[in-house]
Amino acid sequence: MDWTALWLSLRLAGWTVVLLFPVAVLAGRFLAYRRFGGKGLIEALVMLPLVLPPTVFGFYLLVAFGRNSPLGAFWQTFFGHQLVFSFEGLVVASVIFNLPFAIQPAQRGFEAVPTPVREAASCCGMSPMRSLWKVELPLAWPGLMTAMVLTFAHTLGEFGIVLMVGGSIPGETRTIAIAIYDRVQAFDTDSAAVMSAVLVAISLFTIAVTYWLSARIGRRLS
Amino acid sequence: MALEVMVRADAPIPLDIAFRVAPGDLMALVGHSGSGKTTLLRSIAGLWRPTHARVVVNGVPWLDTAARVDLPAHRRRVGIVFQNYALFPHMTAAENVMAAMDSPDRHEATRILDLVNLDGMNARKPAQLSGGQQQRVAVARALARRPQALLLDEPFSAVDRLTRESLYGEIIALRASLEMPVVLVTHDMNEAQILADRMAVIESGRIVREGSTAEVMADADALRAMGIREAAAMLPAVVAEHLPDGLTRLDAPTGPLLLAGVEAVTGTRIRVRIMAHEVILSRARPDGLSAQNIIAGNVARIVEGRGPAVTVHVAVGAHEILARITRRAAAQMGLQPGDTVHAILKSMSVARDHVARAPRPRRADD
Repeated sequence: MDWTALWLSLRLAGWTVVLLFPVAVLAGRFLAYRRFGGKGLIEALVMLPLVLPPTVFGFYLLVAFGRNSPLGAFWQTFFGHQLVFSFEGLVVASVIFNLPFAIQPAQRGFEAVPTPVREAASCCGMSPMRSLWKVELPLAWPGLMTAMVLTFAHTLGEFGIVLMVGGSIPGETRTIAIAIYDRVQAFDTDSAAVMSAVLVAISLFTIAVTYWLSARIGRRLS
Repeated sequence: MALEVMVRADAPIPLDIAFRVAPGDLMALVGHSGSGKTTLLRSIAGLWRPTHARVVVNGVPWLDTAARVDLPAHRRRVGIVFQNYALFPHMTAAENVMAAMDSPDRHEATRILDLVNLDGMNARKPAQLSGGQQQRVAVARALARRPQALLLDEPFSAVDRLTRESLYGEIIALRASLEMPVVLVTHDMNEAQILADRMAVIESGRIVREGSTAEVMADADALRAMGIREAAAMLPAVVAEHLPDGLTRLDAPTGPLLLAGVEAVTGTRIRVRIMAHEVILSRARPDGLSAQNIIAGNVARIVEGRGPAVTVHVAVGAHEILARITRRAAAQMGLQPGDTVHAILKSMSVARDHVARAPRPRRADD
């Protein structure tokens, strides 16, 4: 059992959720409430990581993060090491490939807040920030929670992109999914089985907790 | 503290409307759905921005497209009751009310909820309240904002008839203590006549008739032009006696009235809406008639229109009863202004929800 890999995966998933939450709130809310030209294109772009093969997506990220890219060069001069094959690079990649899993449910969550209720918040004297905090977030919460759980679970399971962008450096970029692959390649099926079971247990637990919390919120609202 | 509104727009529906509501006055905007009345209300609240508009409250412009003034909705001190109330579903009744306060105060919330007869419901969520109770919470929330203008958007359309009748009574009672201008949007002429001081009839984005409720409701032709056969007079009355046979005797300035199903204790001051097309006229005092109410008066004027009917204004003391009769009948009777006539009204022809508590008199200082 590769505990380092498990811990790395959990850290990666945790950071992804923390960084994506504000993005999901802002982008989801924007897409839910605003109408503008090219909205369909933006929505399609957000959904793109869902349909692209992970290797294709990983390849583009690898190019974009490389030393010759503006982002890679900036990272190199600013932090003194390259973005690819590093934990930070994995986090950035993870945030990007989880965009559809975070934004889509968040958007649905905000769309579920009835327009008159939002208007009532304005007419009660609430500023947009206060309305977000007091009215929209509590009502959009089921969608936001789904977004975060999907992101967390999906990060734990992502394989192709992580391998392309991060490689398999122990303690730096070797996640549990990659560790399982490594073990299978080394004919160590016992370790692979244990780690797979642990991953299944964690994913199941996360999703069960979400359903339980959603049901509780559902009861609170009705 | 007056509300002045001017709105001109081409979309989503053409609008060209201006009106003014005095402090404490209730102005009803009536019209069919799609006439633009709700859009008008939304531009007062800041939820919609017309091309050319001016909304001035207490002399302070909230919206003036010419001067590029446009306060966002949350900075306009407006109380609004939405058609389906739009309560915050995750908050209790008290929290809903407190949400509209600048500094939330639970005691004040309780006081306002008591004011709309919702004592004991503070801790209930909207889903645990009936439609009428939700409407009361919505009114309480609108008042908690300490609004400089109160806007009611078809606030009674989502409740049943019985609840509506009691809510009318509560709004009327509440109004005695309100000093801000109130705008009521409705398609229900009875509701408008019972609740409003003034009315503006809106058709295709324009005001086709504006005036005191009595004036507008007596203008059968203006009403008919909109496809409304609802010319009606409003009489003040006091509940005098509930009779054993189920009728109620009212003391009205036009003499005693016998009506069915008046649910108010003896001594209550009420208003009775008498539909012009329910009234029959007779020169001689009729005898052997089933109708219980025969009121003698003088023809004040006869208003002719294009149709086959005329509206006869019968003066009884300081009040008027309207009778919508055929032009042919008026000619056969040879009716002339000044003639003595008897207005005949069946007890059963006044609908229950056409009887409402009378508003308490307010200071008329504006």
